[in-house]
Amino acid sequence: MIEVKDIRKSFGDNDVLKGFSTTFFPGKTNLIIGTSGSGKTVFLKTMLGLFKPDSGQIIYDGNPYSDLNNEEQRKLREQIGMVFQGSALFDSMTVEENIAFPLKMFTKMNKHDRIERANEVINRVNLENANHKLPSEISGGMQKRVAIARAIVNNPRYLFCDEPNSGLDPNTATVIDNLIREITIENNITTIINTHDMNSVMEIGDHIVYLQKGHLAWEGDKSQIFKTDNEDVTNFVYSSNLFKMVREAQNGR
Amino acid sequence: MSYLHSIGSYFIMIKDTFVKPTKGKVLRDLVFKEIDDLIIGSLGIVAFISFFVGGVVAIQTALNLTNPLLPKSLIGFASRQSVILEFAPTFISVIMAGKVGSFITSSIGTMRVTEQIDALEVMGINSINYLVFPKIIAMCIYPFLIAIGMFLGIMGAYTAAVYGGFAPSSDFLLGLQEDFIPFQVFYAFFKTFLFSFLLATIPAYHGYFMEGGALEVGKASTTSFVWTSVAIILVNFIVTQLLLS
Repeated sequence: MIEVKDIRKSFGDNDVLKGFSTTFFPGKTNLIIGTSGSGKTVFLKTMLGLFKPDSGQIIYDGNPYSDLNNEEQRKLREQIGMVFQGSALFDSMTVEENIAFPLKMFTKMNKHDRIERANEVINRVNLENANHKLPSEISGGMQKRVAIARAIVNNPRYLFCDEPNSGLDPNTATVIDNLIREITIENNITTIINTHDMNSVMEIGDHIVYLQKGHLAWEGDKSQIFKTDNEDVTNFVYSSNLFKMVREAQNGR
Repeated sequence: MSYLHSIGSYFIMIKDTFVKPTKGKVLRDLVFKEIDDLIIGSLGIVAFISFFVGGVVAIQTALNLTNPLLPKSLIGFASRQSVILEFAPTFISVIMAGKVGSFITSSIGTMRVTEQIDALEVMGINSINYLVFPKIIAMCIYPFLIAIGMFLGIMGAYTAAVYGGFAPSSDFLLGLQEDFIPFQVFYAFFKTFLFSFLLATIPAYHGYFMEGGALEVGKASTTSFVWTSVAIILVNFIVTQLLLS
């Protein structure tokens, strides 16, 4: 579980996160949504410790991140998996080496065990015949799968995903969404996904946080998001032509 | 103010390079990879430039020895002094600021742009140590590259002088051994060692702290070449002043 308490972050005069609190639960896919510039990425990076908050706390299973010393923070980070928007795979390593990298850095596994574990995860994300390929030699969808595999290879307790299906076709995006959800439930991970894709919201939105201009404007689940009377959320949801057409069809127009 | 800020950030980066070290086996692999990229990959260009610039030094010296009273051995003497004192350590280092420096800046800069550095940080890895420290260790071998440059520079000078008909072999070899001061070799390698540190760290700094996209990676590479060259020339002046004057 990750608790966020009155988090604030600014860059110069620009207040990006303006003080809000929320809780992300394990075994659920927690989605952060909002328009561009609403502070989603800064919020995610602040939770990851890449940005230091100006005030407020991020509490990982009862441990405030800011109270941890450097060594404790490093230990905590070993329990975090992250899927970056652009996958962030290491160019010079093969798919297998990318996935085995956290094991090489943080465990005492020998090479044989590392490869075995990497292959287990490769099978889990349905990546076939790509072990010895470089990231530049595989498709965007496969790169996302590699990034997910690398994020979960160390059995993390927390999984962060920054727009995991951006740039993917709708079918592949749905597969990636479902894969993340399955892994979350299987391993009881606290998963936080940053997205502005309404399809993802509908597929896997167990807990949704809507950010607007640095404020938490709405919180709920996917069944509640279409019923809210929050105008900003409604505008965001129905900015998609597909959802607009569905609403118009439901209204008999 | 921005220059002061950059200098401060550079020294903080140097400090961070030596804390929270990367696991031994991983570091060993990284160092070997860097030796391959930075040193072995530069052998060809260093050998080519050294040989031909050595030849040019010999020819120019010979063409300027118009007074018949001046001995032909001066060609060997002047070539040795030029190559060992300045050409091999300094001139090659400035060229390496372009070759190795651009490579370091663009590779680290691309890692920054594509969030690979963020990925390392999120995993709890000291990304500065992981990326910069192996380069510093690999560049410790750089003086050997310069030694090869010195040898080939003198070989080039010998070839141009003897086979170009400017001086007999015996005169050239005599000049090569004339008034040899071993301390000057120490001076050359001492400054080469300092240059190797600058060549590893200044381009790494420009790559690591760059912001923006692909265009900025190119700009950062250019900036890193300029500042590495400036630093090399300044350190060259200071070390020469301290050790030789």
